[in-house]
Amino acid sequence: MTNAISARALRKVYPGNPPVEALGGVEIDIADNEFFTLLGPSGCGKTTILRLIAGFEHPTSGTLEMFGQSLLDLPPYKRQINTVFQSYALFPHMTVAENIGFGLEMLGRPKTEISQTVGEMMELVQMSHLADRQTGQISGGQQQRVALARALAPKPRVLLLDEPLSALDFKLRKNMQLELKRLQTETGITFIFVTHDQEEALTMSDRIAVMSDGAIRQIGSPREIYDHPADRFVADFIGDTNFLSADVVENRDGAATLRLGSGRTIAARAAQGVNGRVTIAVRPEHARLGTPAEGLLAGVLSDAVYFGTDTHFHVTLEDGTTFVLRQQNSPDSTAGFATGDPVGVCFPAEVAQVLRD
Amino acid sequence: MAERVFDIRKQTGFTTIAFACFAMLYMPIILLVVYSFNAGTSIAIWEGFSWRWYASAWENEQVQEATLRSLVVALWASGISTTVAVLAALATTRTRRFRGQTAVFALINQPLMVPEIVTAVALLIFFAMIKVATGYTGLAYLILAHSAFCIPFAYLPIRARLQGMDLSLEQAAADLYATPFQVFRRVTLPQLWPGILAGAMLAFVISLDDVVITEFVKSAGQDTLPTYMLGQLRRVVTPEINAISTALLGISITMVIAYTLLSKFRK
Repeated sequence: MTNAISARALRKVYPGNPPVEALGGVEIDIADNEFFTLLGPSGCGKTTILRLIAGFEHPTSGTLEMFGQSLLDLPPYKRQINTVFQSYALFPHMTVAENIGFGLEMLGRPKTEISQTVGEMMELVQMSHLADRQTGQISGGQQQRVALARALAPKPRVLLLDEPLSALDFKLRKNMQLELKRLQTETGITFIFVTHDQEEALTMSDRIAVMSDGAIRQIGSPREIYDHPADRFVADFIGDTNFLSADVVENRDGAATLRLGSGRTIAARAAQGVNGRVTIAVRPEHARLGTPAEGLLAGVLSDAVYFGTDTHFHVTLEDGTTFVLRQQNSPDSTAGFATGDPVGVCFPAEVAQVLRD
Repeated sequence: MAERVFDIRKQTGFTTIAFACFAMLYMPIILLVVYSFNAGTSIAIWEGFSWRWYASAWENEQVQEATLRSLVVALWASGISTTVAVLAALATTRTRRFRGQTAVFALINQPLMVPEIVTAVALLIFFAMIKVATGYTGLAYLILAHSAFCIPFAYLPIRARLQGMDLSLEQAAADLYATPFQVFRRVTLPQLWPGILAGAMLAFVISLDDVVITEFVKSAGQDTLPTYMLGQLRRVVTPEINAISTALLGISITMVIAYTLLSKFRK
């Protein structure tokens, strides 16, 4: 099956002194019908990819295809791609209904079809009662819905969303996350979503590309990205992580034996040929407290911070670094340890992720 | 509002200087307006209130003719210069940065920099050559000359408006299948109107008011209102001049108010 969007060695350099490389040779394949998220800190190049796909910018080199056809020579108005802008970019001199119908009007669709589709779209985003309002007279959340309806109305093959939820307050954002996911499933349109919010990315996406410095660090399902981060950046950017140093004692085709700082050894998966000193990552909720004897690492409990649903335990390890564990609270359990107690940190060997440099 | 560290109004003598400046600016104009209602024939000795000079100006055929000519020239000139200014503003804000963009900007605004008398003499010589070659002596020379020096006045507010506009609106339109021309027609132009109107009105007032270039460029019998008034001043001066001036002042003030309202409306 051909991909909805496929980029090869996609590069974008902004001229200047010195020139700024916003994207350095990105490879990306986005399947049809997929909710795909580009996730990364600001300036990582995620919006540049979006603007290249929309056609607002031209790549410096590389190829960009939609369903097997090159996009490079197509101006934005000839691409069956619509965008939901971060600022919404609603036309202030038009009503809600006129905004939503604009794309169909430009496509030269008959009036009856336009008004019918506009009606459907307004129902879809629950805006029917505000059809004749000017866009300046509606709230931010409503503007967001109109922007979404306007981009969906021409039934594009790919929908681009540029941090569309960032201007909304927390509760509205939560609602819209679910609603966007629902819309994507219902319409079957490929969604490419840009965000810097890792939680948003994890909740909504089928697959996530984590980006930094104009490069893609890892592409995978939310679960893969969270449980098996490829490198230190990904592990650090998504969720909280403990980083530990370990030495590879043996590496037989990816089945490795690692020696931790405490001297104990664990079996873990590592890439072929990885040897010497490595960094491993362990999620706080994957570890639990135990006695010094049963723990893979030993240390002293330096702090216990109560968070309602869970408690964060800070353990100062023998080498002076801090390891954070997160344990869910239940009414009938107490941790059984007080600050100052010597404790052990326990985790199953398979949760330890050997990171790429 | 927070206290300002430096408040110029608290400096000694500020109020005095401010009032002196306003007096310098507006006393002569107030006097001119007051004497336009003088019942006597002097522009300096008050002899009671009367509308007679307004009536006399209204009935003066030369004034009528000059006023009409002024309006025709100003309308044409503001129309032409605004059209050119819109195109120039689009070319300097909606294209990729090109080499010599700053030079182009300076060239467009050249009439603001070059002494008017230089332009006037240049036009006089240039048009004289064309007049000799073609034999045409109509109003087109005046209209063209006015259009030329009105361009920067129309260009500046239009450009400011274009620069202040959210580019993502135009991108959104292109994203929604609008061709470049449709983007301009449906998104850029509707938002640009206040700027265009402001530019056109400014150009209109500037054209209406011009003396120097008109005096040099006009053919015989082509007096505009300002050059007619200048001609009158060389002969007998009656408060009729004050009446005409006050009427012109009225038009200018109306335009300025309309301009201000429009600029407020667009925010």
